[in-house]
Amino acid sequence: MSEQTQEKSTDESANGSPKPTSPNADLKLDFASFWEYSEAPESSDHVEITERYDHFINGDFVKPAKGRYMKSVNPATEEVFTEFAEGTSEDVDSAVRAARRAYEKKWSRLSGKERGKYLFRLARMIQERSRELAITESMDGGKPIRESRDVDVPLAAAHFFYYAGWADKLNYAFPGRTPEPVGVCGQIIPWNFPLLMLAWKIAPALATGNTVVLKPAETTPVTALKFAEICLDAGLPDGVVNIITGAGLTGAEIVNHPDVDKIAFTGSTEVGKIIQRSLAGSEKKYTLELGGKGPNIVFEDAPIDQAVEGIVNAIFFNQGHVCCAGSRLLVQEGVAGRLITKLKERMETLIVGNPLDKNTDIGAINSKSQYDRINNYLEIGVNEGAEIYQSSNTIPEKGFFCRPTLFTGVSQSNRIVQEEIFGPVLTIQTFRTPDEAVEKANNTPYGLASGIWTDKGSKIFKIGRQVRSGVIWSNTFNKFDPTSPFGGYKESGIGSEGGLHGLHPYVKLK
Amino acid sequence: MNAVTIPDFHQTIPIDKVGVEERMARLNKRSIKKESKLQGLKLALSMIDLTTLEGKDSEGKIIQLCNKARTPYTPMPDLPTVAAVCVYPNLVDAAKKALRGTTIKVASVAAAFPSGMARLKDKLEDTRYAIDQGADEIDMVISRGEFLKGNYSYIFDEIAAIKEACGEVHLKVILETGELETYENVRKASDIAMYAGADFIKTSTGKIQPAATQPVTMIMLEAIRDFYRNTGQMVGMKPAGGIRKAKEALQYLVLVKETLGAAWLTPQWFRIGASSLTNDLLMQIVKQETGVYQSINYFSND
Repeated sequence: MSEQTQEKSTDESANGSPKPTSPNADLKLDFASFWEYSEAPESSDHVEITERYDHFINGDFVKPAKGRYMKSVNPATEEVFTEFAEGTSEDVDSAVRAARRAYEKKWSRLSGKERGKYLFRLARMIQERSRELAITESMDGGKPIRESRDVDVPLAAAHFFYYAGWADKLNYAFPGRTPEPVGVCGQIIPWNFPLLMLAWKIAPALATGNTVVLKPAETTPVTALKFAEICLDAGLPDGVVNIITGAGLTGAEIVNHPDVDKIAFTGSTEVGKIIQRSLAGSEKKYTLELGGKGPNIVFEDAPIDQAVEGIVNAIFFNQGHVCCAGSRLLVQEGVAGRLITKLKERMETLIVGNPLDKNTDIGAINSKSQYDRINNYLEIGVNEGAEIYQSSNTIPEKGFFCRPTLFTGVSQSNRIVQEEIFGPVLTIQTFRTPDEAVEKANNTPYGLASGIWTDKGSKIFKIGRQVRSGVIWSNTFNKFDPTSPFGGYKESGIGSEGGLHGLHPYVKLK
Repeated sequence: MNAVTIPDFHQTIPIDKVGVEERMARLNKRSIKKESKLQGLKLALSMIDLTTLEGKDSEGKIIQLCNKARTPYTPMPDLPTVAAVCVYPNLVDAAKKALRGTTIKVASVAAAFPSGMARLKDKLEDTRYAIDQGADEIDMVISRGEFLKGNYSYIFDEIAAIKEACGEVHLKVILETGELETYENVRKASDIAMYAGADFIKTSTGKIQPAATQPVTMIMLEAIRDFYRNTGQMVGMKPAGGIRKAKEALQYLVLVKETLGAAWLTPQWFRIGASSLTNDLLMQIVKQETGVYQSINYFSND
């Protein structure tokens, strides 16, 4: 017994002398054995999902020209959620023509005040249907209802409210200049925040007098089509908003359509590069919101318990399907051990499961292909020699679920440190000096978002100036607000969305 | 077995207020339904320190309170009893007699409760008197004035001396967090109390507003967690004052469960100092069991 204790409390260090370790390093808190929460599923009875969804063109739901449909799967059950139209060049062309007509005949001629009224109405109607939209989002995409209910849908409404306010004040946004709309905007959005990304795209475009053709992602098209219903109910003039569903090929049709004046894309850096290439030499304006590999830097003077919570929000929010996720944790050596112990403890209390359960913290991985991609990266990490840690919580047998995962013992040269995984997978590196932290933080092709954790205000500003990323959060993470611009350095994108800056891509200044 | 190093209490552990409150808000989104709700309500009932600390308290009032502690709701005799009754030292004897034959503990406030403005000598005297009267647990207050002066060794020594006087009797140390004002201070006072020998740390006397709040309780639970990791010793927690609704009680339990885990979810390690909470818990339990709300008039008001 005493020998064992001896063994536990000392550890051979490199120079052979015993190194003291915490005598209680093996103490474990037990979060599971008593008082389990009963299921608390949000009822989806009142949510109407039709068996098949068509395109929304010129104020009407229109069958696809080629008559082909695709399936959207509920990733938590692996069952088909609904079918939706596959857009072809014919569909895209009629949508662009409708948008052009609406732009010239109606929307660009309306006063800002009148456009604002429509946007305010859309915002209110999103609020009115918020429960239905949240449930739909969770069923179509797998995100926990807690997040779709408290983050996605309210923020989407907030974006419409915010840009509705700008509609009649554009002259004040650009003093001394006359802002004019760009024309027809082709917008392609990702599957991680379907309705929210729609709001980021459509609200500023409409506020500035443009009309849009928007394509939601092929795994999460339904809330966009519900938004089309809202446009109808709001009496929005026909053709101002057109929604074409489909996959990458449909997106390419939008990008390459000659009568589109501006492209706004949010998605992977890979696709972003393709878009940029195909737009080279054209007159189309474009904004790209692409990938990230956000560093989350924790200094030893940080509030540790709150930093742990911030790390959880940074990487496990929305299953890690967040372009601005804090997926690289950089922690100062002095607190690394303590922080990692606390983080592992906290991970034990994360509930992975049914996205519709109000207690679920981590829902389903959005699709089979993303699920495979994440698992592939887990394998790569292990093969690269990193130490993997996953929480011990149970996960459903059916559906695409992934336990929250940490990798320690990683180096800057590892693929799991360099490449965007887009899943609940965090790599942990340590640093000794602020310079080293900044160097590691910037040593990436991306530059979208970062976090800095310290109790010292001056350090926040000093390090914040040195880290090259579009968004820097200090002592918090993944905070969004429509008034705040969002955009990336380097391969994380071109242009900003949100705030006053978010108006620029949608206007020509005279 | 393990040598415990006492930290330097002049070092402040940084705490981010915004982060604390966000974490609390997130915990409060836990949805406690069905069986887990009923189980939680009964658990909360069993954790109550049924309290009366008024100048007008008398033996008669204490006897009434003790009867409520024994049988919270006559139509449901199988319900758990509360954990303890909490009274002034001169009424400990009455409470002891009224609770004879039960496992319900008698807790006594002591050490110049509620202000703590007395000499250590008198505080010790007060404590010994309560123990002589038969108190199973002592709820002492710290000297907030000395704490705010930065006289941490004074606080430490005072707690250690009272713990020594307590011997085997359980010592709960009241930080009166409403007078400490910052989360850093709450954390520091928690650490001082635990290293000085507290068996429990407790938020408030109930005489100062704000009394127990959820974020403050979270700070104290996190202090307990770190103390456990550093020393291997468990310390109990008691939020007291201002907790009136069953829903809040469940939120406190969620907070304990997700901060410290299942081991602390027993009256041995977690108490709620309250009086009117009892009836709200009972109302909710009856609602869960029968499906209908009873009028408040069906619950005895002691």
